[in-house]
Amino acid sequence: MLRIRRFDERASKMVKRGQIPGTVHTSIGQEAQVVGATMALGDDDYMTGNHRSHGHPIGKGSPLGPLMAELVGKGTGVCGGKGGSLHLADFNVGSLGESGIVGSSIPIATGAALSSKVLGNGRVSLAFFGDGAANQGCLYEAMNMAGVWDLPVVFLCENNQYALSTPAHTVTSGVIAERAAGFGIPGVRVEDGQDVLAVFEAVSAAVERARRGEGPSLVEVVTYRFNEHSEGLRLGVDYRDAAEKASWLEKDPIVLFRKHLVAEGVATDDELDALEREVDAEVEDAFEFSQTSPFPDPSVAFADLYTEPFGPTHLSRDGVQSAEQAHAEIGV
Amino acid sequence: MSFLGAIGAAQKEAMDADERVVIIGEDVEANVYGTTGAGKSRKDKGDFLQMYGRNRIRNTPISEEVIVGAAAGAAMTGLRPIVDLSYSSFLYMAMDQFVNQVAKNRYMFGGQASMPVVFRSAMFYGLNTGAHHSDRPYPMFMNVPGLKIVVPASPSDAKGLLRTAIDSDDPVLTFEACQLWGLKEEVEEDEYRIPFGVARTVREGTDVTVVAIATAVPEAVKAADALAAEGVSVEVIDPRTLVPLDSRAVLESVAKTGRLVVADPAHKTCGAAAEISAIVAEEAFDALKAPIARVVTPDTQIPFSPALEKQLYPARDSIAAAVRRVAGARPRELALS
Ligand SMILES: Cc1ncc(C[n+]2csc(CCOP(=O)(O)OP(=O)(O)O)c2C)c(N)n1
Repeated sequence: MLRIRRFDERASKMVKRGQIPGTVHTSIGQEAQVVGATMALGDDDYMTGNHRSHGHPIGKGSPLGPLMAELVGKGTGVCGGKGGSLHLADFNVGSLGESGIVGSSIPIATGAALSSKVLGNGRVSLAFFGDGAANQGCLYEAMNMAGVWDLPVVFLCENNQYALSTPAHTVTSGVIAERAAGFGIPGVRVEDGQDVLAVFEAVSAAVERARRGEGPSLVEVVTYRFNEHSEGLRLGVDYRDAAEKASWLEKDPIVLFRKHLVAEGVATDDELDALEREVDAEVEDAFEFSQTSPFPDPSVAFADLYTEPFGPTHLSRDGVQSAEQAHAEIGV
Repeated sequence: MSFLGAIGAAQKEAMDADERVVIIGEDVEANVYGTTGAGKSRKDKGDFLQMYGRNRIRNTPISEEVIVGAAAGAAMTGLRPIVDLSYSSFLYMAMDQFVNQVAKNRYMFGGQASMPVVFRSAMFYGLNTGAHHSDRPYPMFMNVPGLKIVVPASPSDAKGLLRTAIDSDDPVLTFEACQLWGLKEEVEEDEYRIPFGVARTVREGTDVTVVAIATAVPEAVKAADALAAEGVSVEVIDPRTLVPLDSRAVLESVAKTGRLVVADPAHKTCGAAAEISAIVAEEAFDALKAPIARVVTPDTQIPFSPALEKQLYPARDSIAAAVRRVAGARPRELALS
């Protein structure tokens, strides 16, 4: 949780300093939900995410340096600078990709579950999406397909109660978790999504069920984002009530868990302070890495479109590959 | 072997050769579209469901978006799905998944993903099925980098190209024209593959090049036969794959004949014919003795009535007329008229 918090805080700062091109959405305030869910997965399990994108791969164990480098667009980034904040992916840890199109990666996670099922490799797949995405039709197509095929997939709704400026209750009919009932699959709502253990418990039950071959589940976690929808976004209207915001800030998942660890005698304040310093150093290293890494060579703009190198358009009479022509045009 | 039989044969070969190949689609268990079994009856031997079981023959709900997306996710994690989307008009239901996931994931994730998945769909044009079932949407998908686009026009090509498609680690969309399903020819029984990006010269000629796609291929051949009697020698080229496109074959043919007609059953605006014409104009303008002619479907929706529909697609007569026009034309006169 701390890794995500510090990483996102640093990313936010970098946005303000103009060190990150494009947009960034943080998970600050939602860390318990991300970590409770990803900790319930094994190393080999799959995961897809969305635009609120840094926490998921961090939760899955992806090293911070290449993630931070990707935000900056460096060649050493997890996607070699082709993805950016919105499309982080680290296949080494089962992170099959975040997605900038709301709802769009839910079918991908469902397909990963299909391959686990066909190949019998025991892997579980988890799809993160927001309360806004919960109104996309593809979720219901996916829940139905996963239900009839008993696919090992967990649909994880991060209900932070807003889709950009829109309060969930104004666009969402009924309770999201209860929608699972229509597909004959379990739907649970974790009311206290700031409690990492509560999330862990609920998602673990869903993961175990999937692993036993009993099929998909929907887990809805109620949480809150502390920052604006995206970093640097300045909206003229205050769509969130000040008292509401203040009451949620009281429920900082990291503070709560720290208190819990100390009260239970799992760790001392000193040990936790040391841990914080370790994480700070790790994020600092990641930042350094992102700054000192080189930008990708412009020619890689034409790589990885296909597995085989063929010009994306055509060959001329002279046999000159169009990719080479394109290189020439942009002066590579 | 028929065109449809050739597709079934390619699928069977691939299913036998590699356990990771699965077939996903609506009504594939019952072999409704005729490519997942040897016959209509379950008892006939050669039924895919009996041979491969429900783990690999996946009857889906009517949910095109998740069918396409789940096939993509499965392809990224170890399967090699063949997806039967039946009518190509239904691809629009899954446009987000095609464009934002299937085509982009490999690139966007810096090459971490490969996407070995084939999406088959049939173009039911010319069969009086009305506007909702008569699309020829390949040009839309040609406009999306990251996809490979295949349009076979003969049983042999259908089989060999499909095997290559299944081998491909990139996503392939194949568009099969239903009017060609019944077409029969001798098809090699042994396994073979036809490489992508290699056009087939269907007929050699010296006066006019006709590049033809899908049902326009047999129509162009008929036109060429008729024109031969008039002393006009027509070369017919079927690109077979539109991405990658064998533009060298087209350019070399135009360099020889100096004249180009493109016959394409898709709509005119921004269609495959437009792209091929542009390539020739860019690369071989100096070789052209006449303006390029396109014989395509006009930019209208497809009407139901046979009296209205039939006239819209490239046919022997319209192709022959275009060939006569370019064969006889003087560019200067045309420019002045
Ligand atoms: C298909 C689509 N529609 C709209 C958007 C613009 N958009 C980006 S994030 C967002 C809000 C999403 O809300 P939610 O799913 O609840 O996730 P949250 O941001 O709250 O984590 C919107 C409308 C988009 N990216 N994709």
